[in-house]
Amino acid sequence: MSETGPAPAFRPAAAEALKNPQLRANFRRAMDGLMAKRAALFSDPVEWRDLRALGAAIRARTLARLPELLETLEKNCAANGIHVRWAETTGEANAIVLEILKKHGATRVVKGKSMVSEEMHLNDFLEERGIESLESDLGEYIIQLDGETPSHIIMPAIHKNKQQIAKLFGKKIREAKYTEDVDELTAIARRVLRKKFFEADAGISGVNFAVAETGTLCLVENEGNGRMSTHVPSVHIALMGIEKVVEKLEDVPPLYSLLTRSATGQVISTYFNMITGPRGPGEKDGPTEVHLVILDNERSRIFSDAELSATLRCIRCGACMNHCPVYTRIGGHAYQAVYPGPIGKILTPQTEGVARRHELVHASSLCGACVEACPVQIPIVELLVRLRREATHKEPGSTVLQAGEGRNRLEDAAWFFWEAAHRHPSLYRLMGFLATRLRRFLPSRLPVLSAWTWGSGGPQGPPPGSRLRATPRPAARTLHELARKDGVDDA
Amino acid sequence: MPDPARERILGRLRGSPRCASPASDFAVMARKTWPAAERYPRLRRLMEAVKTEFLEATEDGWPATVRSFLVSQGLKTLLYGPETPAGRRLAQSWPSGEGPRLVAYDRPIEQTKEQLFNEMDAGFTTTRGGIAETGGLIVWPSPEEPRLMSLVPPVHLALLSTDAIYDTFWDALRSQGWAAGMPPNALLISGPSKTADIEQTLAYGVHGPKRLVVVAVGR
Repeated sequence: MSETGPAPAFRPAAAEALKNPQLRANFRRAMDGLMAKRAALFSDPVEWRDLRALGAAIRARTLARLPELLETLEKNCAANGIHVRWAETTGEANAIVLEILKKHGATRVVKGKSMVSEEMHLNDFLEERGIESLESDLGEYIIQLDGETPSHIIMPAIHKNKQQIAKLFGKKIREAKYTEDVDELTAIARRVLRKKFFEADAGISGVNFAVAETGTLCLVENEGNGRMSTHVPSVHIALMGIEKVVEKLEDVPPLYSLLTRSATGQVISTYFNMITGPRGPGEKDGPTEVHLVILDNERSRIFSDAELSATLRCIRCGACMNHCPVYTRIGGHAYQAVYPGPIGKILTPQTEGVARRHELVHASSLCGACVEACPVQIPIVELLVRLRREATHKEPGSTVLQAGEGRNRLEDAAWFFWEAAHRHPSLYRLMGFLATRLRRFLPSRLPVLSAWTWGSGGPQGPPPGSRLRATPRPAARTLHELARKDGVDDA
Repeated sequence: MPDPARERILGRLRGSPRCASPASDFAVMARKTWPAAERYPRLRRLMEAVKTEFLEATEDGWPATVRSFLVSQGLKTLLYGPETPAGRRLAQSWPSGEGPRLVAYDRPIEQTKEQLFNEMDAGFTTTRGGIAETGGLIVWPSPEEPRLMSLVPPVHLALLSTDAIYDTFWDALRSQGWAAGMPPNALLISGPSKTADIEQTLAYGVHGPKRLVVVAVGR
């Protein structure tokens, strides 16, 4: 429960995003491309069925033995010379990172991509304490320059087009001349960041898989910035959530194959970097110290529910986002959460509270496109429905954060009257009578109905305030009355 | 010293009901096999698709192939590990005098960082084989062949024996018994550094090498 302050409002943010034609075009193009590339690599349905069954089984086996595997990981990492630290909260994790950096007098840090560090708001935390924390993944670098947060967990700057990036580079990088050429933009970032890798006192990275059996930290990447961040500076700090562990080294290849194909439609990433220790005897490079910070941040609460713990199977591929009709239309920022899209809709309400973020569990049509794409078979739709229920009715023994606290007075009142009407036939008849007799007096704008009947000003829709549909009007007579008239005497 | 955060996290996990643990059926990995003769062509095709370059050479002639590549590309310095058998071959067959120069990576990074970042045109490493299913080279950095040789210079030349291509990554790590002893760093490398972070447009040579050149040695 690291988030405080007023709950972010999803609805207005989503409505605003829908009105932005540039944003919608950027996401539509990117998501269409990603879906096509992924589909091409899972064209063999038997392989897809068997491989994702294996991926799901490996993740489920890991979770079934999670505390034991974390202890094995810790023991084997320590034997390899990796210092392991534990943090219950993001605040504790930040303090641990700061302590390590201070010990080494580090003031310049380069970072590989890490979603856990986004949970921690680590960059802001370090900058406030006078430590430069520079993102080195190109997409992360771009959004950091613009003071933004990632809009996608794999492609953080996907909401921007090259013109926007060209302007940003022209404004923020002194030596950059304006160019919209993607190769030239990439070359500018290479020049700036090479110098930063050279100068950095410490490197920070995430972890894709942590292998308990061997004490190995695996990192997946294409750019080489992850290797630069973990090999060049003399100190490397790796950050992982407790669920990132896997049991055996041989569990890694199937998950890695599912990850790159699902995430970016690549058969393999450019680099798969397996770190099993700091600079060894006789080695001439590599960090002299490697630290692993294992973060809980409400994951153990999720783990305590046998159904919801499936959330922790996630390997952070982002395929659920790429296939989500809601995400594709509103983009990642509208969710105002570290993890957007379907996985975020089940994860964020569990880590920040179902009352605080109850809007997110409703931000879905339950179409199930995410479930079909998920390489580890997380039943996202079932979990959304469960969390919708938990938001208003705490189930016996529930450990869900803020369970039952997400009730809405209007909704409660509506259900109260619905229940009363269905328990008391006379009340039911009276309501039917009033609805049919007073039908002409129904106002043309009703609070709940207006979203259906009036335009809100989307880019492809009619202007705001124009009528989209006729206001629904009840029939002139109730069904009971019509049936009685036709001679059904027990109606 | 007991770590209270550790105890609390593990305590909560231990006190929770466990989910079911279905059997892991690795048959889908085991059935991915290719005849020996198809593995190298497959690896080459897949790696060329991500802009890896290939030089084909013989067991006797590969040092000359490496040298003539450097000459033709105007590359003046090649970082190498003098203590490996391949490094010794390279040094023995390298003519003195004019032309590209071999530079040994034989001192700690703290003494050579400036030179490594600013003066090396290319780096040369051996490999422990390749992966047929996806393309990719297995590279294990070592005291003799440090980690940054395959990362910092703009061109990475990698020596690959076409006999040492495994069906899958899964096959390779099992056949070579990795779980019994991992090195401090092990890598799979499938191409030059790349990014698609700007509008999903592929651009090569972002932070790591701009070119990956496989020196493929067949029998």
